Amino acid sequence: MTTTLAQQTAASAAPKPAPAVGHSRPVETGRRSTTAILAFVRTAAARAGSGLWKAAGIIAFLALWELGPTYLASPSTRVFLPPLHVVLAAWGKLFESGTIQANLAASLTRSVSGFGAALVAGVTLGLLIAWYQRLNSVLNPLLELFRNTAALALLPVFTLLLGIGEESKISIVAYAAFFPVLLNTIAGVKTVDPLLIRAAKSLGLSSLSLFRKVILPSAVPTIFTGIRMAGTASILVLIAAEMVGAKAGLGYLIVNAQSSFLIPDMYAGILTVSLLGLAVNFLLVALERHFSRWRTAVGSGS
Amino acid sequence: MTAKISLRNVTKQFTVRPGKASKGAKRFQASQPGPKEPTTLTALDSLNLDVRDGEFLTLVGPSGSGKTTLLDLLAGLSTPTSGEVLVDGQPVTGPGKDRAVVFQQYALFPWRTASANVSIGLEGRGTDGRKLNRRERAAKASEYLKLVGLAGFEDRFPHELSGGMKQRVAIARSLAYEPDVLLMDEPFAALDAQTREQLQDELLRIWRATGKTIVFITHGIDEAVYLGQRVAVLSARPGRLKEIVDVDLPDRDGEDDIRSHPAFVEQRHKVWTSLHDEVRLAQDAGHRKILPDGTAPDEVRGATLERSAA
Repeated sequence: MTTTLAQQTAASAAPKPAPAVGHSRPVETGRRSTTAILAFVRTAAARAGSGLWKAAGIIAFLALWELGPTYLASPSTRVFLPPLHVVLAAWGKLFESGTIQANLAASLTRSVSGFGAALVAGVTLGLLIAWYQRLNSVLNPLLELFRNTAALALLPVFTLLLGIGEESKISIVAYAAFFPVLLNTIAGVKTVDPLLIRAAKSLGLSSLSLFRKVILPSAVPTIFTGIRMAGTASILVLIAAEMVGAKAGLGYLIVNAQSSFLIPDMYAGILTVSLLGLAVNFLLVALERHFSRWRTAVGSGS
Repeated sequence: MTAKISLRNVTKQFTVRPGKASKGAKRFQASQPGPKEPTTLTALDSLNLDVRDGEFLTLVGPSGSGKTTLLDLLAGLSTPTSGEVLVDGQPVTGPGKDRAVVFQQYALFPWRTASANVSIGLEGRGTDGRKLNRRERAAKASEYLKLVGLAGFEDRFPHELSGGMKQRVAIARSLAYEPDVLLMDEPFAALDAQTREQLQDELLRIWRATGKTIVFITHGIDEAVYLGQRVAVLSARPGRLKEIVDVDLPDRDGEDDIRSHPAFVEQRHKVWTSLHDEVRLAQDAGHRKILPDGTAPDEVRGATLERSAA
């Protein structure tokens, strides 16, 4: 922030030629600070403006949701598409009674355990596969086969083998999240700049420290891309799994509300899912940024 | 006088795999008998060279004459097909703490700050078997960053530094673990002319201050004559030692423009004449660069592009 301010001041001051005459100096500085303030106001306005533009889509959508059902939709449709304030009221009620929290907690427990398991397994196996070429040639066709089988297609198998309890849901989340992590870990390790490996070898690093100090850190950004994809996949699969057979969870809340004809409650559940998805993505992006700070200028990097 | 580095009849051959290159390449290879047969490529052919202790030797040669191959052998990143590479009379078996390499593309670790890049070579056990702690490493890194004129840049990441500064960090990194020999592979080739001249002078200063033995590969004749006490000229592939030109110049410390000194011009011309025929030979033969992994991708046009895209 300070740097941008300084840059603005410098930029606004730069184009003006320095006055040769002494007495005009105070006027000049006064004008300079005015232009600086003006420039600041302008950028602030521009920033607020761009924020407004970004929010415009959301606001328009919410407005349509609020007004559309009342004024545009036919009465029969209105039943299935309640206006926003009704949904928010339903959400408030569900929150007060603790239903949202309980179901959110159930969903979170499942996705976090499944996601965590996938993370550990995916990164470990990915590193092994990328390091041992032989393992790669054996496992790669198999992995391709599994990766291209939609996770939800296997849901019946998981349910049959592990029952309709927590195990089957955690397993399917883990399964869905596993492949993005695994494949990106392999890709990350394989795309390490060979020059860096040469440099590290010439510095006398042993195989282990080469792996730990060069290969792993340079693979981290790619691994994180996989983790982010896995986060999205795990929520997607979890909600679907909960819709098919569960006694708690956001997916269950949505389906249950629908079948009990509590339409506003159903939308409240959907709203919660999208907020959860946003939150997870935001968290993972922040983590990714933290771990790849050095990557800010990829194009100009060495 | 004993030699710091000795190359005895060093030959290095590569097996060039028939690359899976562009369609044109496939057609070209199909017309050859036995397209899948790997071919042998001789990069260096019974090369003999001695480098004195504390000497600044520059090495020029046409592209494809095996300059980088030679440096890899000295660094211990590869082994000769036949012959011996000796450092201090001991055969080189692998990379060692007595030698350091500076690469043309800096090869800094982008996730490490300048200071952490410099201290990476210090993280293992030192020659005395002692491990430096974090503070000692940082102190040493600062010391060497100061030596290359980058005091105060300890916490910068490589992407925040200019090309010249990156190469300074790379030089500091290779000096930090105090090797006897500095191997430099066209270190200033990617820099602009002004920065290059500045770094050349800095390097001479560092060399005088530290007394390292430096083997400096370049394709710039001016640079070779300006920096080196001797200039070794390699022949076109297969690389042999064609000539060693002794450079005898008045003190380079002075403020005057040494590059326009008659002695400089004369010696530059000597190197140029020696190199010129080889460059033409190399061009006529269509010589290509051999990559560290033993492939010569621009054996066929287009294959290089594919590689850089991958």
